[in-house]
Amino acid sequence: MRGRGEICLADEFILETEGLTKEFAGFFAVRDVALKVRRGSIHALIGPNGAGKTTCFNLLTKFLKPSAGKILYKGQDITAMAPADVARLGLVRSFQISAVFPHLTALENVRVALQRQHGSSFDFWRSKSVLNQFNDRARELLNDVGLSEFADTPAVEMAYGRKRALEIATTLALDPEMMLLDEPMAGMGHEDIDKIAALIKRISAKYTILMVEHNLSVVANLSDIITVLTRGQVLAQGHYSELTKDERVKEAYLGAGHG
Amino acid sequence: MTVATDDTLPATPRALRDEMIVFVVMAVLLAAVPFTKIYPFFVMQALCFALLACAFNLLIGYGGLLSFGHAMFLGTAGYVSGHALKVWGLPPELGILAGTAAAAGLAVITGLIAIRRQGIYFAMITLALSQLLYFIYLQAPFTHGEDGIQGIPQGYLFGIFNLANPTILYYTVLAGFLFGFLVIFRAINSPFGEVLKAIRENEQRAISLGYKTDQYKLIAYILSGTLAGLAGALKVFVAQNASLTDVEVAMSGLIVLMTLVGGLGTVFGPVFGAFVIVAMQQYLSGLGQWVTVIQGSVFVICVLVFRRGVVGEFAHFFRRSL
Ligand SMILES: Nc1ncnc2c1ncn2[C@@H]1O[C@H](COP(=O)(O)OP(=O)(O)OP(=O)(O)O)[C@@H](O)[C@H]1O
Ligand SMILES: [Mg+2]
Repeated sequence: MRGRGEICLADEFILETEGLTKEFAGFFAVRDVALKVRRGSIHALIGPNGAGKTTCFNLLTKFLKPSAGKILYKGQDITAMAPADVARLGLVRSFQISAVFPHLTALENVRVALQRQHGSSFDFWRSKSVLNQFNDRARELLNDVGLSEFADTPAVEMAYGRKRALEIATTLALDPEMMLLDEPMAGMGHEDIDKIAALIKRISAKYTILMVEHNLSVVANLSDIITVLTRGQVLAQGHYSELTKDERVKEAYLGAGHG
Repeated sequence: MTVATDDTLPATPRALRDEMIVFVVMAVLLAAVPFTKIYPFFVMQALCFALLACAFNLLIGYGGLLSFGHAMFLGTAGYVSGHALKVWGLPPELGILAGTAAAAGLAVITGLIAIRRQGIYFAMITLALSQLLYFIYLQAPFTHGEDGIQGIPQGYLFGIFNLANPTILYYTVLAGFLFGFLVIFRAINSPFGEVLKAIRENEQRAISLGYKTDQYKLIAYILSGTLAGLAGALKVFVAQNASLTDVEVAMSGLIVLMTLVGGLGTVFGPVFGAFVIVAMQQYLSGLGQWVTVIQGSVFVICVLVFRRGVVGEFAHFFRRSL
């Protein structure tokens, strides 16, 4: 019976943590976090600066080793896995500071991701023209995020909003099951925010998304459920409408001088 | 460790074509050397160092890994080739193979140790390993300590070509250089090279895309060490000796210098840099100790004025990739 229950849980929740904790020399950046992310949902993780959101992402994707706790992805314990292996399971992250390959063109950026799943990445004796087979798919992905004109532009020369879009296209190229987006709209203007929000909404039909975002109107519009983190701990969880009534959440945000 | 400057040009089809043209020009010019009055031994020596610097550049310029012990591959291959030729009496082709294979083996072992660390720590580990090897070679009987292996026979390549003939030797060294250069050129422009560049640009992101970056860095390191070994094996035929100077820290420094002078992360920069440095040693040798001072000054000037190296600045000025 217990076995069946677990399978059901794994089906419903794509990602679960138990007692997830990260300690930096006596300071708890993340403490005893139990997170359940429902398959197919857009789950937002919010909280004041320094609350431990990025640290949480680093733990989930194994860029940091948890001090304690357990991480289950699709029912599988990934607590001891290497970060590259986690990515290979379809759990792919973005970074708070836009992460592109600056001196590769937009097309090449996306191709690096496409190339990984099709072997041949160790072939140093072959011409890179074999990578041209990925060009069509790469252009498709660039088109999806509205970057078709920039295929041959080096990423370093692109505007900030476009870099973020490129980062999403690169992540999508891996055909992940779940995406972790760390402040995908930070530092963007209104226009870009609307575009990226629409993009996230669109891709959420296919993927589960866990997203850190400070822009609360974006969070309100996009997310199915929100977890509020303060001082490394879960303060509250629920729908936006519920949380706006929660005094503790208001206090945490106003207290931290956040808007 | 990010080494690329902010204005590295992305490799486009045009860039690839430019590089091919320069390669052909370079190959033709080098092939014409025996028909000129240029001293062939100078060019041969420069070619060995050029290959060495190109191998080093593959690692730092495209993989972002600064090795401060690359002389260990040069020296190891030199000793093993020299020993194989002189003591075992192996023919030249097998002597070259033995030296190169020894460097490859050394690269596997040292690579597995060093690759786990990044930036300055990686550099320090390679330095420490090469120092360790220096003391082993100083003590080991087959290297003949301070004397080195002298009077190494050149022999007949494939039993036909007499390498004691300067012209034949020249074309043999040139063939070895061009082979090594093309291997590096291909590696840079391969699916593997793309991943390597991605790792240099943003290792965290490459990991998050599912790349086990250590494996790629290790392969780049082994490739680099092996080709540096090929340079060391070829050098044995030119110098006819194998000595401690090739394993010294100063030699590792010289390799860095050549690459920086020519241009880090450029295809032809290390070749240019090697020729400049070897020419200085050759033609300024009358000045004795001053050569070191002049080299130091050239280094400082290059770093201050030609931040991208001479070839790198040239390429940047004309918005070309070289
Ligand atoms: N490697 C580290 N060593 C020590 N302390 C760290 C480390 N990484 C993060 N911290 C601390 O952990 C706390 C949580 O940081 P984290 O980056 O996770 O916050 P965040 O919620 O993402 O904040 P922001 O909204 O500013 O991005 C901070 O106080 C930070 O200083
Ligand atoms: Mg953060």
